[in-house]
This record gives sequence, C-alpha cells and structure tokens, in this order.
Amino acid sequence: METTMQQRREAVVTGRTMRYRPLNLARWIIWGLTAFLMLVMPLFFSGGFAITLMSQMGIMIIFALSYNMLLGQTGMLSFGHAVYAGLGAFIAIHVLNMVGAGKVWLPVSLLPVVGGLAGAFFGVLFGYVTTKKSGTTFAMITMGIGEMVFASSLMFPDFFGGEGGISTNRMVGDPVFGITYGPGRQVYYLIAVWCLLSMVAMYAWTQTPLGRIANAVRDNPERVEFIGYNTQRVRYLVLILSAFFAGISGALSAINFEIVSAENVSAVRSGGVLLAAFIGGAGVFFGPVIGAVVFILFAVALSDLTKAWLLYLGLFFVLMVMFVPGGIASLLMMQVPLLARGKLRRMLPDYGRAAAAGLVLLAAVILTVELIYKVQVDSANGTTMSLFRIGFDAGTVTPWLVAAALWVAGLLACRAARTRVRATWDKVQAEMTGGTA
Amino acid sequence: MSAALELNDVRKKFGQTEIIRGVNLTIPKGERHALIGPNGAGKSTTFNLISGRFAPSSGTVRLNGQEIGGLQPFVINRMGLSRSFQITNIFHRLSVFENLRCAVLWSLGYKYSFWHRLSELRDARERAEEVLELIGLHHRRNTQASLLTYAEQRALEIGITIAGGAEVILLDEPTAGMSRSESDHAVELIRRVTVGKTLVMVEHDMSVVFGLADRISVLVYGEVIATDTPEAIRANRKVKEAYLGTTLDEPATEGAH
Repeated sequence: METTMQQRREAVVTGRTMRYRPLNLARWIIWGLTAFLMLVMPLFFSGGFAITLMSQMGIMIIFALSYNMLLGQTGMLSFGHAVYAGLGAFIAIHVLNMVGAGKVWLPVSLLPVVGGLAGAFFGVLFGYVTTKKSGTTFAMITMGIGEMVFASSLMFPDFFGGEGGISTNRMVGDPVFGITYGPGRQVYYLIAVWCLLSMVAMYAWTQTPLGRIANAVRDNPERVEFIGYNTQRVRYLVLILSAFFAGISGALSAINFEIVSAENVSAVRSGGVLLAAFIGGAGVFFGPVIGAVVFILFAVALSDLTKAWLLYLGLFFVLMVMFVPGGIASLLMMQVPLLARGKLRRMLPDYGRAAAAGLVLLAAVILTVELIYKVQVDSANGTTMSLFRIGFDAGTVTPWLVAAALWVAGLLACRAARTRVRATWDKVQAEMTGGTA
Repeated sequence: MSAALELNDVRKKFGQTEIIRGVNLTIPKGERHALIGPNGAGKSTTFNLISGRFAPSSGTVRLNGQEIGGLQPFVINRMGLSRSFQITNIFHRLSVFENLRCAVLWSLGYKYSFWHRLSELRDARERAEEVLELIGLHHRRNTQASLLTYAEQRALEIGITIAGGAEVILLDEPTAGMSRSESDHAVELIRRVTVGKTLVMVEHDMSVVFGLADRISVLVYGEVIATDTPEAIRANRKVKEAYLGTTLDEPATEGAH
C-alpha cells in the first residue's frame, strides 16, 4: 500500500504515467476475482452434472476467445475454426495414448501444450492458404478447409478413428500430489487453470503491437499497408496464435471426454464457436466468455430438458443478431456510464418490467415449440405432456389457447416495456450530457 | 545527389485505356511540389502508382534513386514514402492516440511483435504524443476516431501519414471538403509537419497550391504538360488553355479584393 501511494504521487508529478496505474489495479482486481470465482465455484455447485457443465464452459471459453482473436480483433470471419481445436484434440489424444502405453513420458497436466502446438502447426499449414485472402473469400476458404478435414477424417481411420473416434484413459502416469485426474473435480481444476492462463495470455496479446495492428487491420486493412505492415502477414500470424489456443481447448476436451471423434472438426463445431462469440459480443474482450457460458448452458443444460434446444439456440441467435448485434457484452457496456454516474437505479424499474414482459413472451415461445414438438415428433407416445410441472394434453385445444393468449399478452407487454425503457433511457442520457455541458 | 522522387515515362493502362500516358517528373529533396490538373487527368492514379497501390504498366519510379515501381505498398512505405488519402482513411474504431501509435510501430522496429507490451513502449508512446500535439488533437486523445469532426479526421489522416517519419510525403487533396478557415488551418498544419521533408500534394484549391508549393506540375490527360514555379505556371499559355483560363485566375482575383 505504501509503495502504491508513493508511485501515484510520483505519477502526478510526471503527469504521463498517471493514467496507467489505477487501470492496472482494476485489472488485477478483475483477474483476481475471476480466479477466485473459478476456484470456489465447485464448492457451491458440487454435483457431478455441475462439474461437467463448468468443465465444458472452461473449454468453450478458451475456444471462443481464440475464435474472437480472428473475428472480433482482426475482423476475420472463419467458418472452420473447429479444425484447429479438433486436430489439436486428435494429436493430444494420440499422445495421451502413447503416454498410457509407456512410449512417451509426459504429465497429463501438460497435455494442453501438445494440443496447442498441434493447433499452431495446422495453423501454419492451413493458415498459409486461408489468410492469402481476406473478407468473404477468407470465409469461403476456411469453410472449404473445414469440409476437407472433416471428409479426410473418414479417409484416415487410423488417425481419426473412423466413425467411433479415438478413445483414451486420462488416468495415466504417476499421480503428482495425489492428482490422478480420475474424479471430475480434478479435471475441472486442470481446465480452470489452463482457462485462466489462456485468458490472461489472450488478453495480454491484445495489448501488444501485433494485437493493436490486428485491430487496425479489422478497421481498415488498406490503410495498414500504407503504414508499413503486410496485412497478409498480420492475418497469418494472428491465425497461428489463435489456432494455438484453439488447440489447447481441444486437448482439454480430449482429457475431459476421453474421446475425440470426427465431430470435433465438424462444421457444427465451427458454427457453434461463431455463435458463442457473437452472442457474447465480439467487440469486447470478455464478450466471448459470456457467450461460451450461455452456449454451454444451451447445448448441455437445455439439451437435457428438451429436444428442441437447437431450435431455441437458433432463435436466440437470430434475435441477438437482429436486436443486439453487439452481443450481451455490448448491453453490459452500455450500463457502465450509467453505473459510474449512479443513474442505473433510475433504469432498474423499467428493466424489471421489460424482463417480466420478456418472460411472458418466452413462456409463449416455449409452450408453442413444445406443443408442436409433441404433436409432430413425439405423438407416438401419446399427447399428454407436462411443462414446469403442469400436466396437460397437447391433443386438446386449451393449451393452444393459452399459448395464443401468452403470445398476445407478451407481445403487447414487450412493446409497452420497450417504449418505456427507451423514454427513460433518453431522459437519463439527456441528464448526463446536460450535466457535463 | 539523386532526386527524392523520379518518374520516368510512367504509363498505366486499365484494359485498353491508357490513363497515364508517359509521366515524367523529378522532385528534388526538400521540395514542396503540387500536382494539379482538371478532373480525370490522372493525379490520384499517379499517386497510386508511386505509393504502390497499382503497379505501372511501364516506365520507372525511383525513390532516392531506388526503383519502387510495382512494389507492395508496405515495402515502399518502409523505404521512406508515406501517403494520405482523398477519402479519409483512418482506423475508425480505435482512439485518436491508438491510430497514431499504430502508425509509428513499424518505423520504431516493433514489427509483428507479440512479446512487447504496448504500454511499456515508451518511444512509441512519446512519438504518438508528439504527433498528437503537432496536429493539434491532444484534447481528443482518447476519442474514438469515427466520432471526430470531418476537419479533425483530416488532421488525423495527415498525422497517420507523417507519424512514421517518412522523408517523402504524398498528400492527396488534404483540404478537400473543408471550409476556408479549416483549409487555412490545414495549410498551416501541412507546412508545420513537412519541414525538412519532401512533399508532393494533389490539390484543387488554388490558394492552397500557390500558398504552399515551391514548384507545380500540371497533369492533363495523363501527361505532365508543365513543371515550374507558381509564377511561371500562372503565366504559362498551355496551362491556361488546359484550364480554359478560369481556375487559375481565382487566386489572382482573390488577391485583388
């Protein structure tokens, strides 16, 4: 404490370094809280399912952040990012099996390094082709490479394991401090550590010359060529780095699931990470973290509850693209100036109303989707069903009428809430700008 | 001593149409040179040929005696030539300061580094602050570039161009779309930032041209029809014909007011 005060006093004198100190402090607090949260989460959610869920979130966070190095930081829309995570996972699982067979010595904890290097290797290989072009052409080529790798997974069954994939046993080698990676919780902490390291590394990257020039390439590639940078080289290097982190996530998934199959390199995975990054918000560093958490909630938790989870995810994605193109993170960032000025409390009642209206509409959507699913897909088992512990018969007219009523009420309430939120928002904004002028 | 910039019978064809039809131009070091001419004469195309945006179909372009025709823009930039654009070409989502810091990174040797921390690169920060001061945008330091006024964006455009410390500066219509007072301001800025450098500018505003240029070249239909001092250009019969005696009289009448 003594030293920081001293430093700050000095900073005021020189003037220049002043603004960096408090910012760094805030950064330390945020990273510290993140680490703390990762540490204590399993104490509150100690069930097997919760641990699995959080493990997958950690893996997805690394994957989505690595994808955002391309999309959000460099403006490269890739449709084939799963290639790097997937191939990293395959190499990692082969190495793990070799460790199991006693052919190589490597602690399981360091397997993500292998995955990362493998991802980077394929980044060097495929990136050389894809990053020759930018924009739409780049997107098309990544898609082509993705399809190519997926197709070759059936051509080389020795490496990809054919339809069944490659399976492994993560409990190999001598336990270090009694860590065997048998229990899910130990795997969670392994993932958490790698997740934190990767997050810090990827954030640090955004604060380097290459990271900043990547932003410049995103904003205006042409101009970058006229300040001495080869944009193609920038794209290539970013892709290799991004593939490295994707490979880390791949290796962690290999450890977590103890199986890697062709699905790991598929277009579905590539699409998934795009969805996650976009939903969370590609424009802000932590956006994809939120996106990854939401995506895993949809893909793992919701898929346990309903077969229509993909439909809900698609619907959510479409709504986000249409109404919140900056992602969830952009919504949060909009609140920051309000919070700083103590005006957020003014907005809360209207936000509450909007949330209530949204819930009614959500109920309408869920009821409709589930009714249609029951009648169209699942009617062989009879038409009786239950939602939120309320039992009813999809063959009767009542639930459909309820759904219709919910739709009408929800839409009307949403419209009213939107007008109110906007009015209050404008008023608060006017007060804030009025205050400074 | 070789000239800063030397164009020798440079030609450029787009399909069958020859847009630049044998441009010859020699600009000595330290000169402020203006390139003028009617619309469609090929001024911007000439700039694009020099800066590497297009490759010339034939002819040679030399920068300090070295051939640069057909090289990539970033290679030419690293050799000490920097250009601005007619349409504002900045990094719109970055702050003013970050725009300038990006523009100095290569010249300070940081290349594609991902092992340096930007906040610790004192030379990059100081150079960016210096340019910020020079272009008079220090009060807008942390403003996102897209939120600047038009005149401020033009100033930033010039700032990005000069930040890397290039010896030869090409400015493409730096005062286009500016009001009289803004344009006077811009002339002052250009004068300030190009001290000791070689400047080539395309400009339509004749008061800017005659106020800044040591020599003027007139480009008509892809050919340089005259290169001379401002006074001689004003008196030149061929130039008057090309301009139909209208535009060039403007500064003279203005002066008479």
